[in-house]
Order: sequence, then structure tokens, then C-alpha cells
Amino acid sequence: MDTVVDMAKAIKIQAKDVNVFYGEKQALNNVSIDIEDRSVTAFIGPSGCGKSTFLRCFNRMNDVIPSCRVEGSIMMGDVDVNNPQTDPVLLRARIGMVFQKPNPFPKTIFENVAYGPRIHGLAQSKAELDDMVEDSLKKAGLWGEVADRLADQATGLSGGQQQRLCIARAIAVGPDVLLMDEPCSALDPIATSVIEELISELQQRFTILIVTHSMQQAARVSQKTAYFHLGTLVEYGDTKDVFTLPKNEQTEAYISGKIG
Amino acid sequence: MNNPIEMIQPDAKTQARFEKIAQGLKKRHAASRRLKTYGIMAIVTAISFLAILLTTIISNGYTAIQQTELQIALTIPAEKLQNDDGAIDPVKARNFNWNGLIKKAFRAEFPDVTAMLDKRALGEILSKNAGYDLRRQIEAKGVIPTGGTKLWIKTSDDVDMLMKGRLDRNLDESQRRLSDQQIGWIDKLVADDRIRLVFNDTFFTAADSREPESAGVLGATVGSAMALFVTVLLALPLAVMAAVYLEYFAPPGRVTDFIEVNINNLAAVPSIVFGLLGLAVFLGFFGMPRSAPLVGGMVLALMTLPTIIIATRASIRAVPTSIRDAALGLGASRMQAAIDHILPLAAPGILTGTIIGIAQALGETAPLIMIGMVAFIVDVPTTLTDPATALPVQIYIWSDSAERAFYERSSLAIMVLLTFLITMNISAVLLRRKFEKKW
Amino acid sequence: MAQLVNIAAGYIKAPDAVMAAQAELLRAAQASADRARSLTLAAVMCVGFFYAFWRVSPELRARVLCEAFLRRLFFLSAVVAILTTIGIVASLLFEAVRFFREISLFDFFFGTHWSPMTALRPGDTAAADEFVAGSSGSFGMVPVMAGTLLVAVIAMAVAVPIGLFSAIYTSEFASRRVRNIVKPTLEVLAGVPTVVYGFFAALTAAPFFRDLGLVVGLDVSSQSALAAGGVMGIMIIPFISSLSDDVITAVPQSLRDGAYGLGSTRGETIIRVVLPAAFPGLVGAFLLAISRAIGETMIVVMAAGVAANMTINPLESVTTVTVQIVMLLTGDNEFDSVKTLSAFALGMTLFVITLLLNVAALTASRRLGQRYE
Repeated sequence: MDTVVDMAKAIKIQAKDVNVFYGEKQALNNVSIDIEDRSVTAFIGPSGCGKSTFLRCFNRMNDVIPSCRVEGSIMMGDVDVNNPQTDPVLLRARIGMVFQKPNPFPKTIFENVAYGPRIHGLAQSKAELDDMVEDSLKKAGLWGEVADRLADQATGLSGGQQQRLCIARAIAVGPDVLLMDEPCSALDPIATSVIEELISELQQRFTILIVTHSMQQAARVSQKTAYFHLGTLVEYGDTKDVFTLPKNEQTEAYISGKIG
Repeated sequence: MNNPIEMIQPDAKTQARFEKIAQGLKKRHAASRRLKTYGIMAIVTAISFLAILLTTIISNGYTAIQQTELQIALTIPAEKLQNDDGAIDPVKARNFNWNGLIKKAFRAEFPDVTAMLDKRALGEILSKNAGYDLRRQIEAKGVIPTGGTKLWIKTSDDVDMLMKGRLDRNLDESQRRLSDQQIGWIDKLVADDRIRLVFNDTFFTAADSREPESAGVLGATVGSAMALFVTVLLALPLAVMAAVYLEYFAPPGRVTDFIEVNINNLAAVPSIVFGLLGLAVFLGFFGMPRSAPLVGGMVLALMTLPTIIIATRASIRAVPTSIRDAALGLGASRMQAAIDHILPLAAPGILTGTIIGIAQALGETAPLIMIGMVAFIVDVPTTLTDPATALPVQIYIWSDSAERAFYERSSLAIMVLLTFLITMNISAVLLRRKFEKKW
Repeated sequence: MAQLVNIAAGYIKAPDAVMAAQAELLRAAQASADRARSLTLAAVMCVGFFYAFWRVSPELRARVLCEAFLRRLFFLSAVVAILTTIGIVASLLFEAVRFFREISLFDFFFGTHWSPMTALRPGDTAAADEFVAGSSGSFGMVPVMAGTLLVAVIAMAVAVPIGLFSAIYTSEFASRRVRNIVKPTLEVLAGVPTVVYGFFAALTAAPFFRDLGLVVGLDVSSQSALAAGGVMGIMIIPFISSLSDDVITAVPQSLRDGAYGLGSTRGETIIRVVLPAAFPGLVGAFLLAISRAIGETMIVVMAAGVAANMTINPLESVTTVTVQIVMLLTGDNEFDSVKTLSAFALGMTLFVITLLLNVAALTASRRLGQRYE
């Protein structure tokens, strides 16, 4: 792989030879990748290519699936993600995640955002918790819309608002990495563009990994793009290079819409 | 490739936050494990309740499988029983004092027992029905044993309990149902090898009786079988027709909704209310006979109807619509599609649901009590309108009796009932497994 | 009349001339009735034959007619469910109304004294007349209801924690294999007939609690509410565990993922996200269980008391609605005495309460369904 890295950007996460199996079936094949700090990296590829599975390796969400087995090493700073000694609870506090479908808890808007700080015991007082909630909602660009109805049920929000609430909920824990699994696939175009803008802003503070179906979205929000095909990482590089000068025939075929 | 050393680390503030979270983790994981432990404890508790329930019943009931008998040498006067041609005359046999014969023979073995009270105490060792049993036995064989033949005669339930160790010898005599004197006689008989425990066939061949040693579950079992026969006959066709209607023909609307609401609610109505319905409508309004398996079966049918309808609808729904569409596409009417194509495919599911519904009905007691199937009935019922009782009701009646021997028989009757239920449920499971189709 | 029938049939000889004449009349009437019946039958057959003859023609679409008939039959089968409900309501209401002609509604629902056995029918004895005048006190169902609730509360206190924690374990912690063993085993408890639980409560649990009371110096009744309620709780465990398991499993995986993604432990995910999400459904399950406990008959008939004590002490003996119904309707009672009628008034109350609980349970779980569809 091309190891020429822009020295202005340091490496946040390094994955080496990651293999994932579902029972006997291999879903990911020797994937190695370096993720840059405070940037957006997009994972693209046809459905079933393993991009979501790979994303879930970073916060060990694959642990939830009983038949799933992950091999290889993922280092985040000095944290060995895949080491059985590493506590997934702590890991997930450090790596936030936003899912395909907005999944707010059946609680109030406030309680949704306060959930993370509460379970992790981050707030010493009610005032501090209030601040955290407000700060997270502001960062997620939702504060203006919900400031006067924090006590309303979160399920009453629109789809786009729910997804931003889920982002706020993830931010509230104070992670430095955000994983986004097709965060806009269930949203309309307007809500999608709001979220895309938000991602660009969040990039200032967080390292963001985003799985997306939409090549346009990858082109709009990401600096780096990784193209997956049938469980292998086919191409990885600066987004503009991948989209304009793909080195690999498969990537080119996908990007030009021949396969998908 | 970069080395991990070159990788960027979070800033100090973020690092501090992670430290803080890490510190709380031990406690949080402990809480999580605690929750899991509570779950395991709950399941273990529930399963031990089941184990206690079953062991209590089995340990109380297994002894009822045997009955104590006593050997007595009897000389039966053939001339008083036979006609001129040597056959046993039923009228003569009925009028003969069999009990007297047995008691006399037994007392003769204890010549030193002379006082009236002592003689009576001696007689209490024998079953009150010993004479009746002997007559039936001899009538069945048609041969009168020669003089001095040693015959085995049932003992009373108290002796039975003593032999099975269910009567505490160490209790004060006034608290015991057998006196010291009686126990002395029994011990002597045991020493002489004249008391034995044999298989209690009466329990499986007789109906209820005042005497535990003559009581059996056959009457109640036949009563249950008759009631369930009526239940299946009524509930199965009604339920299948209703389910087909609701799945295939019911136009969406208020009437259909109302029917559905009714079915769901009936499934949760307490069983005793069905008993009240039976009492007021079947007995009170239509004047049907009390205590009859026919009425019991009708009440149970109404009760199991919702269960079978719900099961039937589920299995009809499990048949893919493509089959119905294929039939319709070939020009079959909706009715033909339902009867010729859907029902045969749904049959295993319907059967499974019916068996489960019937098993439920077999265990029901309260509605049967309401319609009077709780009477003391000595005969095995032969028609659907004969007074009868049912297996669970028999258990209820016996468990209310004072005699320790009925307690034991009641436990054995429970074992019989559970055996039926387990058989039914296992066959339902096997049926489901055998015919289970993945579409 | 029965005698007359026998005489007419010739089974017994008429004791006197009047009887004989009456019997003769009856016989004649029976004979003419028989004749009429045969004639009607013949007429119907003729009409049917001619109708069929007339209808048999090439235009007849037998299948359509036959199917229309079947369809109507199917519809009627479905209507049996409605008829059953109507039958229940009508029979309960009819007898209950007769009861309330004698005892006022207020006295029944708010009276605090229940002793139907001492309230005789008017005219039986002078004392009874006097008693009937003041009999309103004897049919106050408050203590019966209180006893019913006490037993139900004890049952729920046993069943809810055990059932709920079992469900949490089977749905969230257990591996597939453990789940496949544990769930059917718990369901065996549900398949045990109630009379067996009653037997266990009366002859094992009740003496056990009494002896235990003696050991620790407490006076426990041999028909304590504790024994009946406790055993009823065991009966209800599988009911709660299987309903709760269904409800918990129905909570979408995406909520669990969301909680895990934020760094929740498994316990936190369950307690703070899954259970609150399942809450309406769990409430529905508990309401159904209460309804079951209130309507349960055999356990209390065999293990609870007959006397209506107003107490909240679980060590004492109480009676329940179902026990009273059974007591009042078994034995040699005249069917239309106030006593037997009161059983129907109790039955009506029981039916209404369980109906309301069932409807409430349905509404609660429907709300859960709407939330996640």
C-alpha cells in the first residue's frame, strides 16, 4: 500500500491484517489501514463487501454477534482494540457510534443525551450534566431546535433530528473517534445535507469513520476513501484521487456505476 | 507502515476522562454480573419448585401402586351358593354373608380374643369390602375353592398405611388410628408371613369408593375421556370453521373486529366463569342432566374453543399465500382453495393446537365442579349422560378426605393425570417437529 | 308428574282412579303427539322432495349454492365466540339482577360483612325472617374482595421477581442452547393442572408454613393466605416469564446496539434501555397475570379458607371470590335462594374485573407494538 502520508495529519488508528469470520464464512480478508487523526475516512463498496463489518471492528460491536470472530490487530494510540484484555465498555466510551437507523431510546430528549454521562459517571452535579447535554446538542446542531422541549419524548422528533440526537448522544460521552454506519440512509435529502454539514464541522474535533452507500456523499464529506470489494480492501487513498484517478479496475467500475 | 509509537495520543483532558471512566468500570461490571446471577437464581428457584412439586407427589403417591393383603384359610360352604347343577347362583351368592364368613374365619385364629370390643378391633384389620371383593372374585372364576384353601384378602386402609410406613408407631396410642393391640396382631401376622404387598389393580379397574382400598380412578378416567370426546367433537369443527372464516372470508369491519375481540377475551376469562355459564344455561335453562360428561364436555369445548381457533389461525397463516394464489389461479373458488389446499397443509398445526387445548381441558377442575361432576360416584359411567366425575375432580375429592390412604391415592391419581398430560404434550411436540415445514 | 309419566308408560300401576284417568289422557296426548310428529315429518319430506325436483335443472349452480351455505356455516361458527360471551354475560346478569332485587347494590359492593351461610331464606324460620330483615350485612363482598386481592398480591410478589428475572436471563444472557432447555422446562410448570397445585398447597405448603410458624413462634393458620398465594405464585411464574421473554425479545436490536455503542455494560443496557422500552408490554403481562390470579379457583378452594376475614396478615386465613362461588354452588342448595344467587353476583364481579384487566393489558401491549412498528 502507498505509505506516503501527509505529515500534517498524524495517524490515529492503525489496523493490521484484520480477518473477520461469521461461523465458517470469512467476511473480511486481511484488511490493513491507517486512519488519520481529525479527518473523515469513508468506507465505500457494494453491499455485502464487509465495510460495515469492518467499521464494527473498531469498537468491538461484533462481540454482540455470537458467531462472529475477529482476528488481526487494531491499535488506537496505545490501546489494543482486539486484545481480549481490553474492556469493550471503555473502548466504546472512547469511540462513539452512530447507526444506520436513528435509534433514540424511548426516553426524553434530555435523558437520551444525558445517558452516556450518567452511566459513565462523568457529571458531578445536575448543573454539570445540563451543561454537557447543552454542549453536545449544540455540537450536533440540534440545540436551537430542541432547547425548549428537552423534556419531550425523543421518538417524537423527525428522522433527521433523531439522527442528530444520536450524534449528540454519542458526543456527550466525550469520545475522540466517531463511527458512522450509513447515518443518512434512512433520511430524506434535506436532512442528509444537514448531517453532512455537521460531519464536516465535527471533523475539527473528531476522527470520523463513515460507511456510506452514496459515492457522492463520500466525495462531499471525506478526505480519505477506502473501497472494499468482497471482503478485501481494494483501494485506499485521498478521496479526490480515488474518485478521479482510481488505480484499480474494480474501483473504477464501481465508481462509474458499472457494478454496485 | 507507521509504528504505533508514532501514533497520536489523545490530549490530557480526554485522557483524564477515560481514566475516570476506567476507574468506575469494575463496579459497573460487578453490577452487570449481579443481574445475571439474579437471573440464574430465579431460574434455579423456579425449576426447584417444579422439582419439589414433582418429588412430593411421587414420594407420596408411589406406594399406592401396592395394596396390603392378608392370608386367611377359608372354608366356603358350596351348598349354600350352588344350584342343583353345581353352578353358582347369583341370587344366593348375593344373599350370602361373605363378610361374616371371613371375619369368623379370621377370629377363629385368635381364640383368646373374646371381649366384644377386642373382636371388633380384630375385625378392623380386614377391609370392609373384603366380602364383596371375595364374591366378585369367586363369581368371576365360577369355581368355589375347596375347604381350607388359603386366600388373600385385602386389609383395611389403616393396616395398609402401617405396612407402608405411613403410620407412625411411635405416636401416642390415642393419636393413632391403630391401637397397640392391633399393631401386635399385625406384627404377629407379618412374622407368620401372612401379610403381603401386591400390585394394586383395583386402583386402575374401579371407580370411587368410601373405602380407600376399593377406590380407583377408572370411573374418573372414563368420565374425563367421555367429556373430552364431546369437547373434541364440538370444539374442533367449530374452531376450524371459525378460523377459516376469519382468515379467508371475514370482510374487514366491525363484526369481524368484534368476533376477534371476543375470541381474545374468552381466552382469558377465568374457567370458573365458564362453569357458571354451564350451570345457568345448560343445566338451568336447557335442563340438561347434572354431573353428566356430556355437559362437562360442552363447557370444556366452549373454554378450549379460543385456544384452538388461535392455533388454527396461526397454522393457516403459516401456509404461504402462493399456494392459495396457485389454487385460485387454476380456477378454484376461495372455498375450494381453503378446503382442498390450505387445510390439509395446516392440519398438523391444527392437530397440535387441538392436542394442547385438550390437554388444558383435561386438567380443568373448576368448571366441572360447577356443573356437578363433583359427586361421589361408585360406578364407571357407560353413557354420556350418566353421572360421572373427571380425573382432576377425583383428585380434588380424595385430597379432601380424612384418610391417609386417600392422600396417597390422590397423589397416584395426580401421577396418572400428569402421565396423560405429558403424553399428550410430547405427542404434540413430536407432531410439530415431524411436520414442521419451512416454506 | 313423573309418577304420571311412569303410569302412562305402564311401568307402575295407578294407585287410584283419578290417576288412572289422568294417565289415560296423557297416553292419548302422547299418541296424538306421536302421530303429529310423523305427519309433520312426512310433509317436510314431501315438500323437500318437490323442492329438490323443481330445482334440479341444468341452470342450477350447485357449487355456488353449496359454498354459500358453507360460508354461512363458517360465519356461524365464528359467531359462537360472540354467543359464548353473550351467554356468559346474560346468565351472570340474569341471576345477579335477581340477587340485587333482594340485596341492594350498595350493601353488596360496600358491605364489610360476608356470611351467606347464616342468611336463610325468608320464611324458613322466624329467626331467619328476622335475619333477612337485617341480612344486608351478610352479603357485603368487601372482605371477600380483600381476601382475593391479598392472595393475588402474595402470588404476584412470588411470581413477578422470579418470572421477570428468569425472562431477563433467558432473553438477554442465556446462550441459545441454555434458552432452548430452560424455556420448555419452565413451561412444564404452566402445564401442571391447577388441582395439582391446590393439592400441593393444601397438603404440603400449608402444613410447612404452619410448622415453620411454630418453630419461630408465629401463629400461622392452617389455611393461610401465604400458602395459597405462594403456590399460586409458582403457578404464575411461567406465565410471567414467557410473556416477559416475548416482550423483551421484541425490543428492537437497534436499541441494544445504541446502548452498547455508548459503552453500556450488558446490565446497564438491560436496566436502562431494554426494560424501559419493554415497560408497556411488561405491564400488560403483569395485568394478565393478576387477572389469572384473581380468577384462579382450585388452589384457593383447596388451600384458602371459607370464612371471610378482613385482614392483610398473610399468616391468617382469608377467602376469595372463587372460593365463595364454589362453596355457594356445591352441595344441596336451592337454585334460586339468595345464597346461590349471590354466587352469580360474585361471578359477575369476577368477570367484569378480569375483563377490565384483560382489556387494559391488551391496550398496554398494543401501545408497545405501535411504538416499534
